[in-house]
Amino acid sequence: MSEVVVENVHKSFGALEVLKGVSLTVGRGEVFALIGRSGSGKSTLLRCMNGLEKINSGRIEIAGHVLGGDAKALRSLRTDVGIVFQSYNLFPHLSVGENIMLAPRIVKGVPRAEALGIAREVLQLVGLSEKIDAYPDQLSGGQQQRVAIARSLAMRPKVMLFDEVTSALDPELTEEVLLVMERLARDGMTMILVTHEMGFARRVATQTIFMHKGTIWEAGPSGPLFADPRTPELRQFVKADVK
Amino acid sequence: MTLRTFGFSEFGFLLQALQWTVLLTVIALIFGGALGFVVALARTSRSNALRLAAATYIQLIQGIPVLMILFLSYYGLSLAGFELPPLFAAGASMAIYASGYLAEIWRGCIQAVPKQQWEASESLALSPLQQYRYVILPQAIRISLPPTVGFAVQVVKNTSVTSIIGFVELARAGTLINNATFQPFRVFVAVAILYFVVCYPLSQLSRVLEKRLHVGSSR
Repeated sequence: MSEVVVENVHKSFGALEVLKGVSLTVGRGEVFALIGRSGSGKSTLLRCMNGLEKINSGRIEIAGHVLGGDAKALRSLRTDVGIVFQSYNLFPHLSVGENIMLAPRIVKGVPRAEALGIAREVLQLVGLSEKIDAYPDQLSGGQQQRVAIARSLAMRPKVMLFDEVTSALDPELTEEVLLVMERLARDGMTMILVTHEMGFARRVATQTIFMHKGTIWEAGPSGPLFADPRTPELRQFVKADVK
Repeated sequence: MTLRTFGFSEFGFLLQALQWTVLLTVIALIFGGALGFVVALARTSRSNALRLAAATYIQLIQGIPVLMILFLSYYGLSLAGFELPPLFAAGASMAIYASGYLAEIWRGCIQAVPKQQWEASESLALSPLQQYRYVILPQAIRISLPPTVGFAVQVVKNTSVTSIIGFVELARAGTLINNATFQPFRVFVAVAILYFVVCYPLSQLSRVLEKRLHVGSSR
């Protein structure tokens, strides 16, 4: 059963066409990695999937919602689709626990005691149970990013989007975030991630999409795709990363 | 007829007048703050019409001397048949003046909250109202404290223009005492010191708040 269907999506910023007819289908429990050079459109595609960017034409269906409805429909979609950003974007004036409980409490109306239980549970999942009362500026980048993942998970999403979530982290901290994501994948979460971590894409992603000039240039199961790139562009991209 | 000298009872009169200056400042900040807050929200809203209306209001108020706002509300409204007590006209004028500046200060503070905070809260399915209430305003208010307190100093000093419509605040009281004593230097030094005594702690507070903000502790 497919959790995400993207059909012939076009997106322009002014005169610049960033997505030139992109289509893909993600099954439930699958992990898709979007790779490609800066400006290839991979982040834009991801942001279109939860309505942070409006598409010009085409169709996106995600977690049973079709994008393009009114504000209320979009909010309903977003309760089922989590996104984690490169810059964590925790709320600096709230503690870790409050960051996590905010949306369940005010969007879903979850009672405080229950929300606290959810917060404890998702923090344990990302290995930060002891930080529930800490404030974001007391945490390392890697810890902040894990809290951001926990904050998204607290909404019980059906699909998780990750937008270059380790790009701002040094290698050691990158590893702890990737481990959390790998566990999520193993637990069956449907995930789409824009990433520069080729090793991670190869190991964890069921499918890898190589984007180039606003189109899907090459796509397929991660193993064969990395082992034997068919297009010279992907071959060069993969080679550049090994160096 | 003998001239009075500037003594304790005269100083007491100044102190009384100082209370009116402070009261006027408080009125200006409360009512101007409420109005300015609404204008700041309109100024940062998604609606073009609201933004334009708010921008026009801010430009208008900032482009008119406080004195003219005062004349317009005092004489203008009395010409129209409303007889306003000076405190009302003075309070209303100062509030309108403050609203134009506070709106612009607070607009800047709302916009100083990083765009990513909007995106993150939006992505968690918060409605625009919830975004303001729980994510944006708490951060914007923190950012706004030093410039707002700093602006309060301007308001304290600018209440002196209300003396022109006969409202007896500190500056007006100084003029009255001087007319009775002809000791302008003494009188106005005393007046200046009283203004300073109110304004200096506020300036210092603003500075402390700013410093604390820059240290980057999040609470």
